[in-house]
Amino acid sequence: MSNSPAPSLYASREPIFPKRVHGKFRNLKWWIMAFTLGIYYLTPLLRWDRGPSLPDQAVLVDIANRRFFFFMIEIWPHEFYFVAGLLIMAGLGLFLFTSALGRVWCGYACPQTVWTDLFILVERWIEGDRNARLRLHRQEKLDARKIRLRVTKWVSWLLIAVATGGAWVFYFADAPTLAVELVTGNAHPVAYTTIAILTATTFFFGGFAREQICIYACPWPRIQAAMMDEDTLTVGYREWRGEPRGKGKRTEDSDLGDCINCMACVNVCPVGIDIRDGQQMECITCALCIDACDDMMDKIGKPRGLIDYLALSDEGRERAGEAPKPVWKHALRPRTIMYTTLWSAVGIALVVALFLRSDIEATVAPVRNPTYVTLSDGSIRNTYEVRMRNKHHEPRMFRVSLKGDPSLRVQLEGTPYEAVQVEADEMRIQRVYVIAPKGSLPADGESTPFRFWFEDTGNGDRVYKDTIFNGKGQ
Amino acid sequence: MTNKSKKFEGDPNTTGHSWDGIEEFDNPMPRWWLWVFYATIIWGVGYTIAYPAWPGVSSATAGLVGWSSRADVVEEIQIAEERLAPINAKLEAAELTQIAADEELNSYATSAGAAVFKTFCAQCHGSGAAGGVGYPNLLDNDWLWGGDIENIYLTVKHGIRNEEDDDARYSEMPAFGELLEKEEIEQVVNYVMSLSGDPVDASLVDAGAVVYEDNCSACHMENGTGDREQGAPNLVDALWLYGGDYASIKETVTYSRYGVMPSWSYRDRLSEAQIRAVSSYVHQLGGGE
Repeated sequence: MSNSPAPSLYASREPIFPKRVHGKFRNLKWWIMAFTLGIYYLTPLLRWDRGPSLPDQAVLVDIANRRFFFFMIEIWPHEFYFVAGLLIMAGLGLFLFTSALGRVWCGYACPQTVWTDLFILVERWIEGDRNARLRLHRQEKLDARKIRLRVTKWVSWLLIAVATGGAWVFYFADAPTLAVELVTGNAHPVAYTTIAILTATTFFFGGFAREQICIYACPWPRIQAAMMDEDTLTVGYREWRGEPRGKGKRTEDSDLGDCINCMACVNVCPVGIDIRDGQQMECITCALCIDACDDMMDKIGKPRGLIDYLALSDEGRERAGEAPKPVWKHALRPRTIMYTTLWSAVGIALVVALFLRSDIEATVAPVRNPTYVTLSDGSIRNTYEVRMRNKHHEPRMFRVSLKGDPSLRVQLEGTPYEAVQVEADEMRIQRVYVIAPKGSLPADGESTPFRFWFEDTGNGDRVYKDTIFNGKGQ
Repeated sequence: MTNKSKKFEGDPNTTGHSWDGIEEFDNPMPRWWLWVFYATIIWGVGYTIAYPAWPGVSSATAGLVGWSSRADVVEEIQIAEERLAPINAKLEAAELTQIAADEELNSYATSAGAAVFKTFCAQCHGSGAAGGVGYPNLLDNDWLWGGDIENIYLTVKHGIRNEEDDDARYSEMPAFGELLEKEEIEQVVNYVMSLSGDPVDASLVDAGAVVYEDNCSACHMENGTGDREQGAPNLVDALWLYGGDYASIKETVTYSRYGVMPSWSYRDRLSEAQIRAVSSYVHQLGGGE
């Protein structure tokens, strides 16, 4: 047993005060933030004319009517595989980017990162840059200025959080209508609850939890390790160039490296680590330390890239004084090619499926309880539950006919006609009888295959479904 | 112990375990995680006080909030009934023959009727309404007492041959085993079979026709087409409620049959709206007239 007191099992969060940084990656992150937040907040406001019977919101998840609208595309519940396909593509896309560029998703595009970045920006506007915030944090006296700054910051965060929760519910209902309902207090309680929950999570995750979410709550960083290898580009420190670090003049006989230990890389880090310690679990590869270090290298007249996007496999080469592999050689390897191929295959399949789908659709379910009914004249009747979907924006007449044994007759439940009307953008469930006269082959046989045809009486578009007729012989 | 593997000052603690040179960090848990853990414990305790939780000998603690799943169900049923009250009233007021023409009413009646049917009727008529021996198939186009919506409604409402409802339709076929000679029964069975197909013994058909004329034609009619006023089955069609083979028909003639259906309005077993709904459902199963 050592005499030193046992270290605590628990540690409080160390507050982090990221410093303002300028540079190409910071600029890239501003653009990505503006782009992703713009998409998120503005998309529900876009309109798309679909005629009088359908909503005119460009992107709408209409749960009540079980439709998903995305501009010109309209997804019905039985076409949910499109959504599954998009999720598979999103997954494969994430694999591809992770294997090529490490945690690039975490660093640039993850909502947790984007909103935290936005919250830090607001924090800096109100409370000042790193040093001012540090002073405010260390100031124990709760004077008027500290209260004013804190309250202003929290209210600003809260407004962003409310807008975030508010924008979310607009994806599920007509935005202008819902906005009026929300303000007048007439919206559904689910809308208010959803906004409240998302407001709370945005406020808390972006304002206070920040990197704790990435380190402790998010499973993705743990999974990502499986997709990274020695050719993956991640943010790293050229330790062989920088060390031994130290302040002071670089003279002829000095053995100091390029790192002047200015702590710029540490001060800008939003997760509070020192990248010079090597790759760490906390690092989201936001690349802000690259900007900070490049800035410093420019000032002291050294080449950029002491901290840079590096691949593990280049370390040996660079130590030996050779040039690193070009980026495209890192990116182009079996793993990334395979992910790209899979991603493209799913994407092509979805696009093909999207263009091949018909706007008249029918499914046929033979009734099996009972499989057939004997009628008073001895003929045999089978019943089929037919679902006809009209994906046009106006009503259409669908004619039902069959092709198969000539003795079979079709009869529709509830109507003497052979065609029924299916309303605009609706599905009609129609019971269809098929009758085989007494003594005919299908009536006495076991099962007779035949084909149902469903035809739009207006334009002649038609689809078929194959099914079977059950006779007495089964 | 925990500091043994520390190589440098400032290195994180490790557990001291090492596999293939890979060491395991011994980092502290975040403190907020501990608070969340305590919060869940407090929440858990509060939950068992507020809601039914702790088991006793014969029951569990009821919980301070007074919640129970049964009360929820009662409330949900009440809400559903209140919601359906207007359309049920409309269904009760509607002309029976007009229900099918009103799309909204028809959709409600057939859906509600399907639920009523599967709860109260499926025991005898089968969940697919295909019936069985002695229990009429409701999908075909053969009806003992009539297959239009009004007759189906009367049958459901009052039942058939039951003792509990005075309005139940009633008829009784005599047991001819006590009235006819054995030979006469065999003759008439062969005659009846000849009406819809092949008799077992063609030589008895002519004699059977005479027996039929004297004993059966009053109810089953001269030509054997039956009489719905009396619930007398049609003997010339392909359908037989108790079987169309020689032995089954002989048994029917000898001992008679006496199928009973309960009255569904008796003691308010079903509400008027439910009776109308299930009548609509049966009427559109494929055999309705």
